Order: sequence, then structure tokens, then C-alpha cells
Amino acid sequence: MGQTLRVTVNGEARSDEVEPRLLLVHYLRETCGLTGTHVGCDTSQCGACTVLLDGAAVKSCNMLALQADGAEITTIEGLAPEGGLHPLQTAFWENHGLQCGYCTPGFIMAAAALLAENHDPSDEEIGRGLEGNLCRCTGYVNIRKAVKAAALAMREGAAAPIGG
Amino acid sequence: MAVTQLIGARVQRREDPRLITGHGRFIEDHTLPGLTHLAVVRSPHPHALILGIDTAAARALPGVLAVLTAADFHKVLSGSMPVTPAFAPEKKYVPERFPIAEREVCFQGEPVAVVVANDRYLAADAADLVHVTYEPLPAVVDPEGAMNPGSPLVHTDGPDNIGWDMTYAGGDIDAAFSRAEVVVKERIIQQRLAPTAMETRGVMASYSPYSEDLSLWLSSQNPHFIRLFVSGAMGIPESRVRVVSPDVGGGFGSKISPYPEDYLVPAASKLLGRPVRWIETRTESVMTTIHGRGQVFTAEAAALRDGTLLGLRLTQVLDLGAYHGTFGAFQACACLMAGGVYRWEAISARTVGVLTNKVPTDPYRGAGRPEGTHLCERMVDRMADELGMDPAELRRKNFAREFPFVNNFGLTYDSGNYDGTLDRALELSDYQGWRQRQAAARAEGKLVGIGLSTWVEICGFGPSAATAGATGGIALVESAQIRFLPSGSVAAYVGTHAHGQGHDTTFSQLVAETLGVPLEAVDLRHGDTAEGPAFGYGTYGSRSLSVGGMALYTASQEILAKARKLAAHLLEASPDDLEFTAGAFTVRGNPQAKKTIQEVALASYGGNLPAGMEQGLEAVSHFDPPNFVWPFGAHVCVVEVDRETGAVEILSYTGVDDCGNVINPMIVEGQVQGGIAQSIAQALFEEVVYDGESGQLVTGTMLDYLVPTMNELPTPKLDRTVTPSPTNALGVKGIGEAGTIAASAAVINAVCEALRPLGIHHVDMPASPDRLWRLMQEAGR
Repeated sequence: MGQTLRVTVNGEARSDEVEPRLLLVHYLRETCGLTGTHVGCDTSQCGACTVLLDGAAVKSCNMLALQADGAEITTIEGLAPEGGLHPLQTAFWENHGLQCGYCTPGFIMAAAALLAENHDPSDEEIGRGLEGNLCRCTGYVNIRKAVKAAALAMREGAAAPIGG
Repeated sequence: MAVTQLIGARVQRREDPRLITGHGRFIEDHTLPGLTHLAVVRSPHPHALILGIDTAAARALPGVLAVLTAADFHKVLSGSMPVTPAFAPEKKYVPERFPIAEREVCFQGEPVAVVVANDRYLAADAADLVHVTYEPLPAVVDPEGAMNPGSPLVHTDGPDNIGWDMTYAGGDIDAAFSRAEVVVKERIIQQRLAPTAMETRGVMASYSPYSEDLSLWLSSQNPHFIRLFVSGAMGIPESRVRVVSPDVGGGFGSKISPYPEDYLVPAASKLLGRPVRWIETRTESVMTTIHGRGQVFTAEAAALRDGTLLGLRLTQVLDLGAYHGTFGAFQACACLMAGGVYRWEAISARTVGVLTNKVPTDPYRGAGRPEGTHLCERMVDRMADELGMDPAELRRKNFAREFPFVNNFGLTYDSGNYDGTLDRALELSDYQGWRQRQAAARAEGKLVGIGLSTWVEICGFGPSAATAGATGGIALVESAQIRFLPSGSVAAYVGTHAHGQGHDTTFSQLVAETLGVPLEAVDLRHGDTAEGPAFGYGTYGSRSLSVGGMALYTASQEILAKARKLAAHLLEASPDDLEFTAGAFTVRGNPQAKKTIQEVALASYGGNLPAGMEQGLEAVSHFDPPNFVWPFGAHVCVVEVDRETGAVEILSYTGVDDCGNVINPMIVEGQVQGGIAQSIAQALFEEVVYDGESGQLVTGTMLDYLVPTMNELPTPKLDRTVTPSPTNALGVKGIGEAGTIAASAAVINAVCEALRPLGIHHVDMPASPDRLWRLMQEAGR
């Protein structure tokens, strides 16, 4: 029946018996209790379920949990240290980059993967980086603004002297 | 009301910390001990007789707890799902609707059986093992065809397929047309749309046989109405049913009316004695959550040669689907709003609701007002084209300018300044500059068009005199309760329900400002029928601020009135000698004699009260608005159509709207941006497609139903004018639907203007590359 899955989720090493057909998103939500990762479409268009798998953005509703064996997974709950906010989270808040908030974790995780590769994305590059995520509330205007603001904050943060 | 410290401020949202960190609480994030999982067996046919249901294989699967069919549900559910009069009170045929089919299925996706299992994967497996034998019947797909006397029937026991057929007459239409110097005619299609909230629907229910009460968690815009309907169908006293609608991942109208699962899940919980949860898949959502629009209009407009509009005659054929949506007839308000912002001598509007073998239609963001606006603005542009007038000038010539303005159907627009929004929109969009660039582009053979939409909406539902009849008894007023706790913190409860609109923030700003307490002292609560006043009326129709906000405001005033008496008693002064500013009562002329409202709140729980005053400082208020409210605006869209591919590129989009006074401009802008995006989506991309022969849904996933991404949408230039509403003390209107009402007409008017050099006068939605390419090919022949 079950097979052993060994993964690191938000820094915590785990070992769980899972059914081979269990989707990664259900493993995260139900086995790990991390309900910040949402399911929006079941067919990989909406990106609400986006998490980081070894640093790359993946859609966790289109992946079996066992395919993540040995990987390091980051979900929205683990993006920033406990009690703190990642610059993307701050930027979404400050720029009204969310309304109902259902798609937001997926957008933030996809944007985190984008900004890890590109520290100063243009509008077009943001569009390409987030083309796999759908939002029904915002019209995306403030999401784009938030990603740019976060990129700026992260560049300025990286440039600041340590401890400064 | 003036812009003060909190009212009018861009306060960051209080909702966001939980939502940006993954700690929101949406429906699927809720669980209970012993939770079971329900899957629905649905009809694959749009129309068929059910000959038999074999559940044996499903029942035999280990972990399956029950397979239930209509016969089981009749033990715990009774009656027919509700249908309101709304704007088509004279119904001809209303088919009965039990939440699960028994003898006949009438749309693809209609529930036939449910499976309850220990695990969601098992429930899905078992649902596949339920074997239903059907005898397929002809499917009625086209609403216009369904009106023919010889049409197959949507319900085999129905008299015909006509749900309603009534005409709104506003003035002497024949007299208006008899003076016409120019008449234009058009057939305008409003395609079916899937609202597509990012969170699908979901229901979790727990019935306790010991206390005979029911707790129901669902993703709803309207928890109190759901409690009313479900308690009635299950025969449980309303007071013993608690409905909780927690964080809701978007609604757009699709979570107003009750759905079959809202009954079936609690009924299954009662039958099994276990908590039960059902979460809709996206394919279930496109197939079985209500659709919006789905209307065909034929219209003719009459005018004098100088551009004076005379008459508008129209017919709305509304595709109801297989049953009336609970509020489906609301969409007939397209007829009442078809005159838009203009003075007409007469309007005659016939609305026909027609049944088809498809999922029911019901209000979707704007609901009748986008359709009415699109129709009116298309006809005005057709007329401008025919007259050779600039579309902005034709609009200006006919604007209503004196307010209150009574339209042809007796509706009273409370305030407006249509020239103001149009002037600002033309300026902000550089309309004259675009006219020059358009001429240059046309000279190069490019297809560039400029489209306008000057819109008005009826919202803020609504006055009891108008709405109690429309719902069949319950006036759509709003309730609020405000409580000062002894420590001075404030709990405010409101009967509206936010699902992205930021009410926690806006309403807290309003309450904090009115009571003079810090924002942090206010706790705003909604969405749980166990809290606050007895009944709440939900969020839809851009009503939350102008009705719900006003209920909070009037409750605040009641609190202040009592607090004033108590403060006067404590300060040994007359209540009339007190001033209330910045959260404190002071004796006029003696600013040292002072009691803050929070000191008064603490005192209200003590023993030193004026004679006859009871302890506590709280108030419940219901606000019954004297009128609807009437936001308006002007949008300008510039497009280029690619001759080779038919693709539309939006070169510029501008919106100038007026929703009266504004509490939080950041949230207002967000609502407009999102509303415009949804309307551009209708204009260019989205359409629910059914196969015309078989009635099978073709666009069953997000692969086929094209919700636009960031890359398809422009960044609109936005501005506002402020014309306060005289309807309420706050001077506020509504903004949740404005962008969606405005934008489709601006986009399509621009596309039509772009294609005019090719002899094309009208384009239906979505103006997809495919559709435009074909039109251009035909025009070129």
C-alpha cells in the first residue's frame, strides 16, 4: 500500500507513508497540515498550488507526492522565518496585490522563483514568469506592481551592509 | 462627509496578514473529527430519463460508507429549491427543482447520486462505480429555438419552455418611432460566462442527532439566506442551524443562490450521523456552478437627424438553463437599464426567459447591468456611425443632466454628472490625440478603433418598498450590531459578506471614525450566522457600503446617542451642552470636563447610570435605504486589430468613475481594476460553449475556458470624480461591479470602429482572433 516519502518541508525533515497516487498538494495540505497551498483548477492552469521544489516553482496539484522524494519543498508558510514577512509578502500587502487572497500564495511562490533568477525583471519578464498563475479579482495591475516593489526591496536589501 | 483621518485614507488591509502568509481559512481548510468525504455522481447527458441506478459495486468498495439517491434524500429534504420574483414577477412556468434528480435529468452535471467515503480519493473511485442507466432525450440548446411551439421540451412534463414573457413599457414607443428620421437595428449576443471564482464551491456539514442542530460551513456570499433555505428544506428550526462562510475565494455572484450540494451535504450528514465535506472540482464548477449572461438581444433605436434620441425597442431572450436560478430573473434588469445615461422619449423592453438543457444562469458580476449598458452603448455607437457624428458628441447631446432623474421606467437616478466623467475621461485618455493617431494609422492601412462607454448602474439593493416583493418577502435592507466591551474595544457585526472586497478594513475605518476610537479597537465580524443580528442580507449588487455601511453608521449613531446621555450624567451637564469630537465628549466652554467614549463605555457597565438607563453600550440597527444608488462613469478604450490574425491589442484603456464619497481609495481602485479585467475577459476571451447538437459542454476546464492571464490585460489609467449620493448620510454609492458594467462596451465599440473601414458594423463577444478573422475574410469577399 503505502510507500515511504522522505522530504524536507519548510526546513523540517519528514518521513511519511503515502499512497502512490497521493498528489503532492494533498500531502502538503492534509499530511503536513499546511493549508496555505490551494487547489484552484486541478489541471495546472491556475497556479494556486505553486510551491518551490528545490527552489523551482512547481504546481503541486499536478505532481505525485512520491515524485518529490528527496526534495526540499518550500510552501507559503515557510517562505519567511516564523513571524516575519518575505519582501514579496510585504509588497503584496503594501500594493493591494490581493483581494480574496485565494490565488495569492501561488503568485507569491511563483514570483519568489522568478526573483531568485532575475533580480530586476521588466514588465514583460514578470508576465512570462507569472503566466502560469490566474487571478480573478485584481486584474493583475497591483500584482505586477508588488513584484516590482519586492524586487527593488530585495536589491536594496542585498546591497545594504550586513547588520546595517 | 469630509475626508477625515480614517475616512478617505488608503489604509492597508487588515485581511492581508493571514492571506499573504498562507493562514487564510477557506472552506477546504476546515475539518472535523471523523470527517467523511462526499462525491457527486452527475448526469453525463444534458437530457435523459433515469431508468435505473446500480450502486452495488460502489457500496462494495472498502471505505465507502453510503451511496445515496433521491429516494434517500426525500427522507430528510422536502420542497423545491427557491425561485424569487426579481425583475420578472410574472412567471409562466417554473419547473420544480429537488436538489437531486429522480426520474429525469435536465442538464449535464445534474446530481443523480452521491457517495460518502472515508477518503476523498475513495469517494471519487466509488462515484465512478455507480452505474446509471439512461434513456437520452433530445437536448434543447438554443434558447431562441426553444421558443418555437414545435421545440422539444426541456422538461418532459412542462407545458413549453417559456419561463416568462413580459414587456416593460416606458412611454409611447410607437409615437417615438413615428417621428424617427434614422433607425438602426442590431442583434447583440451576450455569451454565457462562467464566473470562475478561484476558490470553487465547497460545503462541510455536521448534524448532531443529540441536540438536533446543524452546523454548515460553506463558501458563500450569502450565509443567512442559505440558513433560511436549508433549515426550511430540512425541517430544522432556523435558530438551530448555524452557517459559517469563512474566507471566501471570490464569488462574483456565483455564491449567492443555494445549490443542490448546500442541501445534499447536510442531508447526508443527517442520514449518516457523521460530518461530511464536499469540495467542488474545477470541472464540476464550470459544469454546475451558475453561469452568467446567456442572452440574445434584438434592438432598434430611433433618432432625429440632429442626434436627438427618441426611442429604443428591444427584446431580451434570456437562456435560463434547465431551472430558474434563485435570483435568475434579476438579469431582466438589463431591460430597465437599457436607456443608460440618456434621455429617451420612450423605451419598450420585452424580456423572455427561456428554459434550455443547460446549467441555470443567475447573477454574475453586474447581472443585467453589463448587458443593459452594452446594448445601450452599442446602439448609441451604431447611431453615431449612421449619423456620421462623433460618438462623444452624440452622447453629450442626450445625457441626462437634471437630478434626480427619473428614467422611462420610473427609476430615480439619485445624482450624476455625466459630462464631468466624460470630460475627464476624454482628457485623461488623450481622446483628441488618439483621433489624430487613428487617422494616421488608418492611412497606413492599420485597423485602429476608439470606443466609449458612458455608463450608469442601479445598485445598493435595496429599498424595502422595491425589494421585499422582488425576493418574495424579505426586504434587502441591512443589519449591523455594534458593541462596546467594558475595556473599550468594539465588536462590530454586519450582515454583508466580504469575499475580497476588504470590508474588514473599510468598515473598521468607518466605525472607528464615527465612534472616535482607534482603528485597532474595532473588530469587524461577518459571515457567521451565530453572531450579530438575527438576519444578514449578504454581499452582491454593490450594496455593502451603501446599505451595510449605513447600518453600521446608524448603529454607531445610536451608540453615540446613549453615550451622550451617560456622559452628560457623569459630567453633570445637559446632553445638549456636550460636544463630541475625536472620541471624547466635552462640555461646551469647559474643555477640562471631558469623558472619552471608552471611559463612557466602561461606566455603562457600572452602577452610576441616569435614572431609567440600562447597563451596556450596544446597538442593533437595520438600514432601509430610501432609494437605490446610481454610480456612473466614462471609459475609453483604444484597440488595434491585426489584419492577418484577427488579434486585438488594447493600446490604451481609461476609466473615470464616480461612486460618490470614498472610504478607502486603494480598495476602490482595486475593485475597478478587477472589474475592468473581468469585462475585457468577456469582450475578448471567455465563452462557455455547448455543442449545438448534443448539448455537451465543450469548455469544461480552464484549458478551454479562457480566463485571461496578466499578459492579456492592460494597465488601465483611472481617475474619479466625486458626486455624493443624496440617498444616504455617508454620500456613498457602490463600486464592486462598476468596471464590469463599463468595459465590455468600450472594448467592443473600439473593435467595431477599428473594423468599420472594412464595412463591418457589429462584432459579438468574445471578439476572438478566430471570430474577427472570419468576419474580415467575409467582408473581403
